[in-house]
Amino acid sequence: MNYYQADMHIHTVLSPCGDLSMSPINIVDCAERIGLKVIGITDHNSTLHGPVTRKLAEKRGIMVVFGAEVTTKEEVHCLCLFPEENQRVQFQNFLENNLSEIKNDPDLFGHQVVVDENEEILDEIEPLLISALKVSIDEVEQKVHQIGGLFIPAHIDRPKYSLTSQLGFIPKDLKYDALEISRSTSIEKALNDYSYIKKLRFIKSSDAHNIDQIGTANTQLKMESVCWNEVRMAILGIEGREVIVS
Amino acid sequence: MKVAEVVEKLGLEVYSGSNGLDREIRGGYTSDLLSDVMGHADSGDVWVTLQTHKNVIAIASLKELSAIVLVKNYKPETDTIAQSNEEGIPILGTSKETFEITGLLYKLING
Repeated sequence: MNYYQADMHIHTVLSPCGDLSMSPINIVDCAERIGLKVIGITDHNSTLHGPVTRKLAEKRGIMVVFGAEVTTKEEVHCLCLFPEENQRVQFQNFLENNLSEIKNDPDLFGHQVVVDENEEILDEIEPLLISALKVSIDEVEQKVHQIGGLFIPAHIDRPKYSLTSQLGFIPKDLKYDALEISRSTSIEKALNDYSYIKKLRFIKSSDAHNIDQIGTANTQLKMESVCWNEVRMAILGIEGREVIVS
Repeated sequence: MKVAEVVEKLGLEVYSGSNGLDREIRGGYTSDLLSDVMGHADSGDVWVTLQTHKNVIAIASLKELSAIVLVKNYKPETDTIAQSNEEGIPILGTSKETFEITGLLYKLING
């Protein structure tokens, strides 16, 4: 088995709260510089920056996992991760069909731009991506699994927009693949705080909104090689693969 | 005041948990953050919210709340209804917004 540095939760400039420096090329440059081998591109309620980032990262031997940080109807943030373009497109359609009609005000929330590999702006997204979808957390979970992705409630230790803040505690029959803790807490604290849950499997990610935050959660994937199936097994903690949270 | 009396006076829908309509209401709490309700609601409160997830019932049960009022025609999810019936904690509904129904409940309970 080998150990690979990973950060499964990174925002880009497409997220209104994402720093303007968070272009796909800058993220990939940073990932290469600090030695990340697997990165998740997870904007609020959008997967649109996945493909361009993957294209740039492939040349540097870095794997990009497609995804989004979804805001469910209950305002719980959940990471939804996917391996391939056809799954990403299916999930993107699901997101667009369930976004609220609230429009973004860039002065208040920041710009929501789609850029290409040269940081040229291709599109500006109109619906406010940080608002809640019209679907429940269970419906999002079902959709993610139906498509073949991984469903991971995000930063569950945080007092805002988390499973625990919005729903009080982790529902015991929620079918998550792992739980994400934020970079500001420890695995020991998480194991203690959520000891009422049987299926305790954590990942820790940076939730980076600017370049300096990328990789700060210092998480490693123990696996044979870098590919979706290995990443999936590591997150599920099966067949000797695991997520090493420090 | 009994839950049934509040239902009648404010014209609320009863979605589930009708076996708990004789529970006593002693006060109220309005919040959509379940972590907040868990920390601050008092036993005997009627809880006004727009959250429809089944954790609502678990928290109502834990805090010994008398009933839940969903605002703006929000409907409980199927498994939430089942839990409500099981626990005997009524889920009520109104077309009114949170501010308005909270005001009406306040007047009724404290009036």
